[in-house]
Amino acid sequence: MATQARAIEKQLTDKPMRVSGAEAVIRSLLAEDVDILYGYPGGAIMPIYDELYKFQDKLQHILTRHEQGATHSAQGFARVSGRVGVAMATSGPGATNLVTGIADAQIDSTPMVCITGQVPRHLLGSDAFQETDIVGICTPVTKWSYQITEASEIPEIIAKAFYIAKSGRPGPVLIDITKNAQIEEFDFSYKKCTGIRSYKPVPKVDTSALESAAELINAAKKPMIVWGQGVILGRAEEEFKAFVEKTGIPAAWTIMGVSAIPSDHPLNVGMVGMHGNYGPNVLTNECDLLLAIGMRFDDRVTGSLNTYAKQAKIVHFEIDPAEINKNVPVDVGVLGDVKETLAKVLPMVQANSHTSWLEEFHKRDKIEFEQVIKNDLHPTKEGLTMGEVLKLINQETKQEAVIVSDVGQHQMIACRYAKFNQSKSNITSGGLGTMGFALPAAIGAKMGAPEREVVAIIGDGGYQMTIQELGTIFQTKVPVKIVVLNNDFLGMVRQWQQLFFDKRYASTEMVNPDFVKIAEGYHIQAKRVEKREDLESAVKEMIQSKEAYFLEVCVEKEDNVFPMIPSGASVSDVRLS
Amino acid sequence: MSEENKTFTISVYTENMVGLLNRVSGIFLKRHINIESLTTSQSEIEGVNRFVIVVNTTEQWVKRIVGQLEKQIDVIRAYYHTDEETIYQESALYKVKSDSLFEQRQVQNIIKDSHAKIVTVSKEFFVIEKTGFRHETEQLYNDLIPYGLMQFVRSGRISVTKEAMQVSSLINGFQPV
Repeated sequence: MATQARAIEKQLTDKPMRVSGAEAVIRSLLAEDVDILYGYPGGAIMPIYDELYKFQDKLQHILTRHEQGATHSAQGFARVSGRVGVAMATSGPGATNLVTGIADAQIDSTPMVCITGQVPRHLLGSDAFQETDIVGICTPVTKWSYQITEASEIPEIIAKAFYIAKSGRPGPVLIDITKNAQIEEFDFSYKKCTGIRSYKPVPKVDTSALESAAELINAAKKPMIVWGQGVILGRAEEEFKAFVEKTGIPAAWTIMGVSAIPSDHPLNVGMVGMHGNYGPNVLTNECDLLLAIGMRFDDRVTGSLNTYAKQAKIVHFEIDPAEINKNVPVDVGVLGDVKETLAKVLPMVQANSHTSWLEEFHKRDKIEFEQVIKNDLHPTKEGLTMGEVLKLINQETKQEAVIVSDVGQHQMIACRYAKFNQSKSNITSGGLGTMGFALPAAIGAKMGAPEREVVAIIGDGGYQMTIQELGTIFQTKVPVKIVVLNNDFLGMVRQWQQLFFDKRYASTEMVNPDFVKIAEGYHIQAKRVEKREDLESAVKEMIQSKEAYFLEVCVEKEDNVFPMIPSGASVSDVRLS
Repeated sequence: MSEENKTFTISVYTENMVGLLNRVSGIFLKRHINIESLTTSQSEIEGVNRFVIVVNTTEQWVKRIVGQLEKQIDVIRAYYHTDEETIYQESALYKVKSDSLFEQRQVQNIIKDSHAKIVTVSKEFFVIEKTGFRHETEQLYNDLIPYGLMQFVRSGRISVTKEAMQVSSLINGFQPV
């Protein structure tokens, strides 16, 4: 049925037809296979909303409760589905409310197209009602941005927007459309964009770089992989797994890369970075070869650059030339789409196993288990831990859920302990660290993968930054599961205050409302758990629920997340307590 | 890689688009790097613009900046060069009271010695143009100051490289996929 509708739609778009700019926007979105978008109406975008009303059987618009929510929902949708997320807002404050989500999508390379209304062309620069220079504001946080002032530009620019958003290293694109361009009529026809002369999304693979990389891989005695989201964005999970298995190289992940291979894979040695696992952090400074695959050496991953993997040869597989040698100087940069470069390097590398080297990771896993993990997952103290909640979610979802986390302590716990059997399962705000991300992102994630269980893990702080999206959940009936791990603190900041500011808890204690009542106010099933004996049954009930469900877990107030690499310290100075 | 600050000339070939200057200058702003001079004009290729940007920074930073510039969708290609690798000039205009030209013999000598050109002469003022290196336009500035400089303006650096930059072939070789 959908295919048939699309075929008819295609016929309609191939033949020029007289339409308004607003209708052209909708027809262009349909031509790009968009069937859902997130947004909020207002004066300068009303003509497009009027067309959305007419096309509502083909294009579903989700009314979020704030434009920021629209962007995060579009991001959540994009991250689970691999498709382009679309968000829409009016001019002025509607547009500026998109900025945080756009910046988040830019730093985490999420394909997203944002469309904003703008005052009519003749009023540009007059400080008209709800006029703001959104293209200017968003230039540094978009992959591309453009202001349309004539209807006839619409199809070509929207085609470019989608091409740019999803090709190469993905990112957000902003299209600002003046109101006159939405109203004017013109002869519409649509042609997808297949290339832009000034833009090379995927660099050509250099065989000699592959050969140099293979030589280093084959010679290495203690090699280690750190992979990132590039493996997922490049849809290279199979190629990556084959490469890891053939070379036998222990592989660690960044929080954006996790789930590209299953958590339980024998060569998956865990997470690197500030709250990553002990083994991969320490051994980064002991390996003889560091293979960075689709990652960008974020400071939260590397700690101090002066002491980062200085003893190792470094090979960087990367699609974005600007990332090579940006933070960490490398011995070999392998430019290209990892799907292609990994497939090409595979026959060049020798089958190997690094048993005794892998044992070094396992040894440190045992140390970390004794000193950290045991207390997180099997606590003997009275207070509930965030870790035990995650353990139960793993158990009840059979590791098949999409886990959407916000930002802070709970995020680190979620990334450390959530287990994944399939790719595109960990949705979090990695680079920007946007509190308030998770609730709207979970809405988008559930709509992007309706067949999957979607569980949002949120702290009591971040939850209240976008709590109004409960209204979107109520209105759309989207069955997301929401877990608030409540410690009545901005926990991560409090942890830093405890460790580095002599426990001066400046503005981190939160006096919180009754979250259960708030959820119930939106007619969402809700429960609060304060005791361990009630936790398992509550998690079970939540996962088994066919509808949206809110679960508040009151956890220990002053727990800390360990291991931890203090800001500016070396990865090998990772602290276990 | 050398860590000392040096003068680099960055050449950026771009499409001709509204707002692109904002995108280009934003890359410097984000890294807190001051732009010493910036000129933009049509390039040798029809429809392609060229920015010539002068910065004082380390080679490591200029490499990163060029990487970020090239990443921009509407940037066709970016390069950086040291002074030794380029032929560069600046242009300056000097507006001087006409009285001084006719009454002060010195001024005529200054103009002659500096190989500057008189662009226009009117009853009230005359305009001198000098193209050259920074120290040359500065020298003329210092020489003319005592005689009453009514206005002075200097362009950003314009520069061509000694080596070829293969931008045309990049554009000609473009095929939509």
